[in-house]
Amino acid sequence: MALELIDQDSLLKSAADGNRRDLSRLLTYLEKGIKLNFPENTPPRKSSVMGITGPPGVGKSSLIGRIISYWNSRNQNVAVLAIDPSSPRSGGALLGDRVRMDSADSGELVYVRSLSTGGQPGGMSSSLISMIELLSYCGWENIVIETVGSGQSEIKIVAFADKIILVDGPDRGDIIQAEKAGIIELADIIVINKSDLPGAIKAAESIRSSLSFADGKKSPDVVLVSAQMNEGIDEMMELVQNCDSPDWREKIKIQERLISLWDSRLLSSPNLNRVINELQTGSISLDDALDDLAR
Amino acid sequence: MKIVMAKPGLDGHDRGAKVIARSLRDGGHEVVYTGLRRTPEEISRIVMDEDANALGLSTLSGAHDVLVPRICELLRETGMGNVMVFLGGIIPDRDHESMFSSGVRAIFGPGSRTDEILSFLDEANSRVESGAPIGVGDEDGWRWN
Repeated sequence: MALELIDQDSLLKSAADGNRRDLSRLLTYLEKGIKLNFPENTPPRKSSVMGITGPPGVGKSSLIGRIISYWNSRNQNVAVLAIDPSSPRSGGALLGDRVRMDSADSGELVYVRSLSTGGQPGGMSSSLISMIELLSYCGWENIVIETVGSGQSEIKIVAFADKIILVDGPDRGDIIQAEKAGIIELADIIVINKSDLPGAIKAAESIRSSLSFADGKKSPDVVLVSAQMNEGIDEMMELVQNCDSPDWREKIKIQERLISLWDSRLLSSPNLNRVINELQTGSISLDDALDDLAR
Repeated sequence: MKIVMAKPGLDGHDRGAKVIARSLRDGGHEVVYTGLRRTPEEISRIVMDEDANALGLSTLSGAHDVLVPRICELLRETGMGNVMVFLGGIIPDRDHESMFSSGVRAIFGPGSRTDEILSFLDEANSRVESGAPIGVGDEDGWRWN
């Protein structure tokens, strides 16, 4: 497969004119770490970027299926980037998020792309930032990013999302994990999905009480929805769109973007393997290694 | 390779497709599973949006003689003639020739070993690297079985 962008400009033009095939091709290039040069004097197009995160199995993909319908029924388009982990052993990945998004495979107003965490030579975050830029350039008004799992890595979602939805289910107890990772304070809204199951109201209550910050800072709203029964979705979407993200988030966003770019430069340095070998044999220190790579 | 595994038409059984999807992942491939009951139009759209190199179709319903040619045709019509198509499930021997001539490169029936499917993909990959055609829109007569 040709790694060079032979005809970048014409691909970009055709993708911006609505050619999905070429948009898909360009996204593959970005996945492989190739940079795109947008034409100068491009009128800035601002998409709203929503990050959906939460533990596995709480219904993030099903919820996104409903979010797609929400926008499409309002005649707005939406692009989804669904991220799943790749196997550390084989490097392969099984990307199954589409299965839960009934609304994903038809109509011109929706574009869904599955991504694995392993494919990006320069790290996931930096290629995601370029992908969002491309989708926005091609006229996708709403962009949804689905990230996997619970843990420290979610904080990266701050680097690209304007609004962050943290999803949990009834009686999971996983919210404690989220609390540890700090994501709970970064979320604009916390959604308890599967509200049709027993225990959902109790789960919402217990999260609300754990959220009352001691310093009196405003805490995110906790709402109950059922993606399965299609309940509470409109209310959730209105709440998300009307909430003001705390101003300190912008600072964290910029900081996370810097870190992503830094990571990407380190990981794509031609000296990376040599430096790792030297570290392994103990001939240089970590500080020396970093200085070497950053040069 | 980036591979879309799809279940076309009215067919509610996907144990086989899931086993294949998992073993392709363990073989180092990136697999997108579509879920059950997709139309040919939906499947070709998914292949396009995912920019997949290959499409694996699993069908047990007996409607392969209608669905498979339609999907292959859609791929060619929408500029995805470079995508390789392979087939699994219940495909009677008498239908193999017509499946191959509609653009399918391999058929894996009951009893197929997952390592055989992986070898097929390896060979397809090395053909791509040497510039040999494997796509559903390519004229070359290469087939696995």
